[in-house]
Amino acid sequence: MASSFNFVALQTIWIKECTRFLRIWIQTLVPPAITMTLYFVIFGSIVGERIGEMGGRPYMEFIVPGLIMMSVITNSYSNVASSFFSAKFQRNIEEMLVAPVSTAVIIVGYIGGGLARALIVAVIVTLVSFLFVDNVQIHHGGILVLTVVLTSTLFSLAGLINGIHAKTFDDISIVPTFILTPLTYLGGVFFSISLLPGIWSTVAQANPVLYMVNAFRYGFLGISDVGLGVSLSVIIAFNIVFFAAAYILLQRGVGIRS
Amino acid sequence: MKALSIRGLRKVYKGGLEALKGIDLDVEEGDFFALLGPNGAGKSTTIGIIASLINKTEGEVKVFGYDLDTQLVELKRQIGLVPQEFNFNQFETVRQIVVNQAGYYGVHRNLANERAEKYLKQLGLWEKRNEPARSLSGGMKRRLMIARALLHEPKLLILDEPTAGVDIELRRSMWGYLEDINREGITIILTTHYLEEAESLCRNVAIIDNGVIIKNTSIKRLLATLNMETFVLDVEPAEGDELGEIELGEFNWRQPDELSIEVDVQKSQGLNRVFEQLSKQGIKVLSMRNKANRLEELFVDLVEQGRQPKQKKTGS
Repeated sequence: MASSFNFVALQTIWIKECTRFLRIWIQTLVPPAITMTLYFVIFGSIVGERIGEMGGRPYMEFIVPGLIMMSVITNSYSNVASSFFSAKFQRNIEEMLVAPVSTAVIIVGYIGGGLARALIVAVIVTLVSFLFVDNVQIHHGGILVLTVVLTSTLFSLAGLINGIHAKTFDDISIVPTFILTPLTYLGGVFFSISLLPGIWSTVAQANPVLYMVNAFRYGFLGISDVGLGVSLSVIIAFNIVFFAAAYILLQRGVGIRS
Repeated sequence: MKALSIRGLRKVYKGGLEALKGIDLDVEEGDFFALLGPNGAGKSTTIGIIASLINKTEGEVKVFGYDLDTQLVELKRQIGLVPQEFNFNQFETVRQIVVNQAGYYGVHRNLANERAEKYLKQLGLWEKRNEPARSLSGGMKRRLMIARALLHEPKLLILDEPTAGVDIELRRSMWGYLEDINREGITIILTTHYLEEAESLCRNVAIIDNGVIIKNTSIKRLLATLNMETFVLDVEPAEGDELGEIELGEFNWRQPDELSIEVDVQKSQGLNRVFEQLSKQGIKVLSMRNKANRLEELFVDLVEQGRQPKQKKTGS
């Protein structure tokens, strides 16, 4: 009875979330395709030809996994942050709060929305990459899917926490601009951390995005700057911490109940 | 059985505002109950706490016996809430809004679609089911919120000023609908600023002011406490005459214009004497109405009394 009820509530939130980003597909699905095409053209084709190889692979091949992961991160995050904040702003979050939907179901429902958008965008960016890379090979499909799912879940949770705390629309753009983008750019999307001199190579390892990009790159190309076990452990640990934080915040009604 | 039972409910907001100062309130199953009060009195806070949108500071809330603190899931299933402000996603269609709401209560999609058809038809919104909510008129949006609150078939419907900004024709049709569903067994709690609405629809009333319930009784008993009413009489003088000097004996009266008079009638006096005296003078009464809504007069009196500083008791 309870599991059937929770399943229906979860299904409802997920369908609602997917309907939302599909209704505004020009804002949600098209921009990543355009942005990533530009990255492939500029960094891959034009600059990449002069760089030659990185990590033993042509530069264009090297950046494909990073760019896909970058799309997954930004789309998961912005989907949940903007959807949750809009629901809070328009007060339709109250539709869920008055109903007997559990906090865990709300969180998983929003993650489901972020994950769906991230997967669609990942497929689009992968298809775009086929235009620029002749020989796309997948080293380990299971690791690839697992990394995408875990990363998307983590950044959906981060977006949710941002949406919970946000009081204005500015608040949900500050984190992507000042935290997410620098972490992503410095997370080994465009370079191998082995190129970093001395201490900076160690500092870079404090960046969680590095582990996601490298785990994904391993799944794609079979190469990584850090061990796969370490990468997956770091991602899972962050997921647990962020889920707990989101749960506590929602359960306490932070930002949504007075 | 009590549909709602509140004991010692207090709410202190961050910043120290004490919106509710320990109220007690009971609403019987099947009742049509009015919760009245001026702006900022604590009505919406009370409703927010019952619907678990606002955290209480202390006190006990039970809905059909289910406790807010220990049986929240069951308590929520009993309640349908129609809030004061439009709080649906304006970009979703009418059908999506009501079906999704049912889904949050665990109603399977097929059943939710059946119920959506039933309630949207009853509320005259079926033709608009595929339209985005933002395209609806104000009155339609109000009806959409009622449909949304009914989709999971609650036993207690709470409406926070449901007819605010709705024209009189639509308001009356909404009253008729609410009376129908109340007859079918749904307990209704209503807050409103239209006291005529409370007088027409509700059987019992609580008046709240400054976080305290200052009156909790039946509408009939409340109206019975009214000692004096002012009636406006539209009159016509005897044929060919002008309305000249009028003699109304013991009554206080005024003549706001040439063809109407206002008469203050004490409860002990009765209206027959007014008609007798006008009739003797050849004056015909064409129509009569209360100058002000009766409940409104009482409401204003009660709130003013409640706000007067209490006198210190003196020792004898």
